[in-house]
Amino acid sequence: MSVLVLVELDGSAPADASLRAVSLARSLGDVSAVVFADGAPADALAAFGVADVYLVEPSALEGYAPQAWGRVLAGLASEAGATAVLAAGTDRGNEVLAHVGAITGLPMAANCTVVTPDGGQTHRIVRHRWAGLLLEEAVMEAPVALFTAATDAVAAVPAQAPATVQVHVHKPELAEADLVVRAVEAPASAGGVSLASARVVVGGGRGVGGPDGFAPLEELATLLGGVVGVSRVVTSEGWRPHKQQVGQTGTKITPQLYLACGISGAIQHIAGCAGAKNVIAINTDPGAPILARADYAVIGDLHQVIPALVAALRAR
Amino acid sequence: MDILVGVKRVPTVGGKIAVTPDGQEVDTRLSGFSISPHEECAVEEAVQITEREGGSVTVLTLGPEAAIEQLRDALALGAHRAMLLETDGREFGPIATAAAIAAEVRAHSYDLVLLGNEAADTGDYQVGIRLAHELGWPVATGIKNLSLSGDGVLARREYRGVEEAYQLPLPAVITVKEGINLPRYPSLPGRLRAKRATVDRSAPEWAADGVRKEVLRVPATSQHQATVLGNGVDAVPELVRVLDELGVLS
Repeated sequence: MSVLVLVELDGSAPADASLRAVSLARSLGDVSAVVFADGAPADALAAFGVADVYLVEPSALEGYAPQAWGRVLAGLASEAGATAVLAAGTDRGNEVLAHVGAITGLPMAANCTVVTPDGGQTHRIVRHRWAGLLLEEAVMEAPVALFTAATDAVAAVPAQAPATVQVHVHKPELAEADLVVRAVEAPASAGGVSLASARVVVGGGRGVGGPDGFAPLEELATLLGGVVGVSRVVTSEGWRPHKQQVGQTGTKITPQLYLACGISGAIQHIAGCAGAKNVIAINTDPGAPILARADYAVIGDLHQVIPALVAALRAR
Repeated sequence: MDILVGVKRVPTVGGKIAVTPDGQEVDTRLSGFSISPHEECAVEEAVQITEREGGSVTVLTLGPEAAIEQLRDALALGAHRAMLLETDGREFGPIATAAAIAAEVRAHSYDLVLLGNEAADTGDYQVGIRLAHELGWPVATGIKNLSLSGDGVLARREYRGVEEAYQLPLPAVITVKEGINLPRYPSLPGRLRAKRATVDRSAPEWAADGVRKEVLRVPATSQHQATVLGNGVDAVPELVRVLDELGVLS
């Protein structure tokens, strides 16, 4: 059984989400990785049991072209006789696998947490619905199974014995139509920590009271080396820009600490902070749903507690 | 510019989500329904484009008869025409959904189809892409900024903190994310117009999709309650101690 995994890179190393997909794939067969880059992180992939790496160099297709990536994966899957093709449940992973599904006419299941072969062309799967707030148990029937792995539900586990890896440079032939939609990248805005990767996130919700109430949260976030995130009501009211939203329709965060201030904790918000290692809530309402997700809580008004906390931290 | 917008009726869930005893769907006895959030922004975006450029906005949904409520919500925001692809209550998978929408696109002449990046409930992440392949149109997904440019569209999104821009010729399929705009509140005249508007209908055939749902369940989570560190500013010393223990004070 041969399984293909699209491996995205973070710098020159495999992205954590892709290593999770590789870990899920190992239970399905021999794993080959497909990497779109100048060079392949061969050792890092070998440690996760990858025996073959197909390296698609940028000269073959300039810039990220989702449909072309899908075409390459579909072609390699057919050449290798793969029984499954996986990617991480990232924006790109879901997008490219959807193209593979559309190109091949096969079903694709996004954000799976469990995939179990069940004989023949059958796989039993568990996948996220409602951004992970619900799980769906389902059966997929397909000659080649197409999945993405939920980024926060599958662990990245190295193989018991590292594989000996072979890198194959692959030069695909692509039709012009597959290259029509291609990303032109602009450099990241200078400096600043991104919400998705921040180590500390200070969250503000309706309890902040209005667009002028965020300065103490910003100050606290800066002191803790983190960033401010907000709930959906804050962006719907236009108090803060949408890119700061934590939640199902915003950003999923994975910090060491999420300090949720004046946030009641609607389930769509919980879906966005489920990946936080520790949650502390500051809320006037001891019955707020966020307290069932938080590890610690301070019952009180954030307008008093945060300035006092900032003062205490400055005094240290 | 004639734009088709696809919307989906989904349960409005707030503090809690539960499934029906047979495990087949979300328990909606205590919730209402609304347009899936990304798609509400798709309607707003289409209305804004036609306000600037002229043309028409047709809103389409695939769902039960009750989904007319969501079509009227979209009409109240400024869509001109509404189309119900009526189902018999069975859930259409993404392949069947894309095929049903493609049939409507072929029957009329649209320059642009706007959808949400993913539906809030099923989260399949693929209907827009499958639709584009059915039609042989280009597609960009997860778009948070859209502008007309030359005889095409310029679509922007963010990927890991880096902005990506895509130039697409028309006709095209674009899937958008919340944040592309702030949807307006429906005006009173808009609501009245929506109430009177006729809704066109057709009934596409259901087809199996290769993925068969067996059961939905709420994931097991530890039913714990937060440890309360104290009340108000008196809790600050204890809070500082916990922050230190968690290693976030450097």
